[in-house]
Amino acid sequence: MTAHAHVEEHFAGSNKLFISIWGWLVALTLIEIFLAYKPMPIHLMLIVLLGLSIIKAALIVAYFMHLKFERLSLILTIVPMLVVCIMLLFVFFPDSFRSAGLRYKFKENPPVAPAPVEEP
Amino acid sequence: MSTEARAGHFPAVDWEGGAFPYRVGHRKLGMWLFIVSDSLTFSALLIGYSYLRASNVWPTPFPFYPSIVFSSVMTFCLLSSSLTMVFGVSASSKGDKAKARKWILATIFFGVAFIVLHLIEWNHLIHEGLRPFYLPEHWVQAFTTTDGVPPSPLFGATFFAITGLHMFHVATGAVYLLVVAARVNKLKHEDIEISGLYWHFVDLVWMFVFPLIYIMSVDVGHHAGL
Repeated sequence: MTAHAHVEEHFAGSNKLFISIWGWLVALTLIEIFLAYKPMPIHLMLIVLLGLSIIKAALIVAYFMHLKFERLSLILTIVPMLVVCIMLLFVFFPDSFRSAGLRYKFKENPPVAPAPVEEP
Repeated sequence: MSTEARAGHFPAVDWEGGAFPYRVGHRKLGMWLFIVSDSLTFSALLIGYSYLRASNVWPTPFPFYPSIVFSSVMTFCLLSSSLTMVFGVSASSKGDKAKARKWILATIFFGVAFIVLHLIEWNHLIHEGLRPFYLPEHWVQAFTTTDGVPPSPLFGATFFAITGLHMFHVATGAVYLLVVAARVNKLKHEDIEISGLYWHFVDLVWMFVFPLIYIMSVDVGHHAGL
């Protein structure tokens, strides 16, 4: 038996399991649409929506893309480097708040410059 | 027994790595690596969009109908296409190629439905006057802050770039699956599974595009500034 040299043909997971995953994905999407019309602070909304998206992505990767049933070595090769690279992309993000501060400085002193200046 | 004496059989037997350290073929590993790199492309675009959004006055113009209704139905289409794809791969693993082909064709149907609905949705926005670097005049009026700061015209650029690139992925995925469906009897099970990986990835990207682009841009009446 040359188990180590054999590429797995078996595709784990029953159709019932896949339908229940699909049901979860649809339910989480409906929650997202419901939340869109719930008045809440934009930061909280962003965190909740991203949290739901990450759960949905994890369900798709684990079950539909079958990664849960793959070898740990493959998971460890793919997932951590992706997470680290995406985290590194956020390095530039604080600059967006800075540039907003530069662009809309008059917000701190509201009456200074209303945009349409009309000459009498 | 010394370590040297065991070295002859140690690596392959205990580690079980040998020629297949990941127990997947090189094609499947290649697809996974492509998916990782493409994830970074979409991450960069979505983070760039968030960057622009956080540093500008940003419009939130999407009405319930057509935008949210269309995008929700599109989400449903993509989720269902993932389900049919996984049924196809499952059938193929049992050696039932004819059934696999039927499910793959169902997947293509949902994918094409997604593209058609998305193009109708784009058409609504283009008719309203949205362009990559211009907003419709009534959006500018509605979303200008009390300080007189107009909303960023880059809304269209980020919207068309991100949803457009995603739509391109769906379109190439549909063509890819069409080729797989046509050649299903000649292909190995792993090749069909690889095409499934690509399709699920397209679905996965939409799970981030939909909330960040659509849900976060719903017009709820009160127009906040930044």
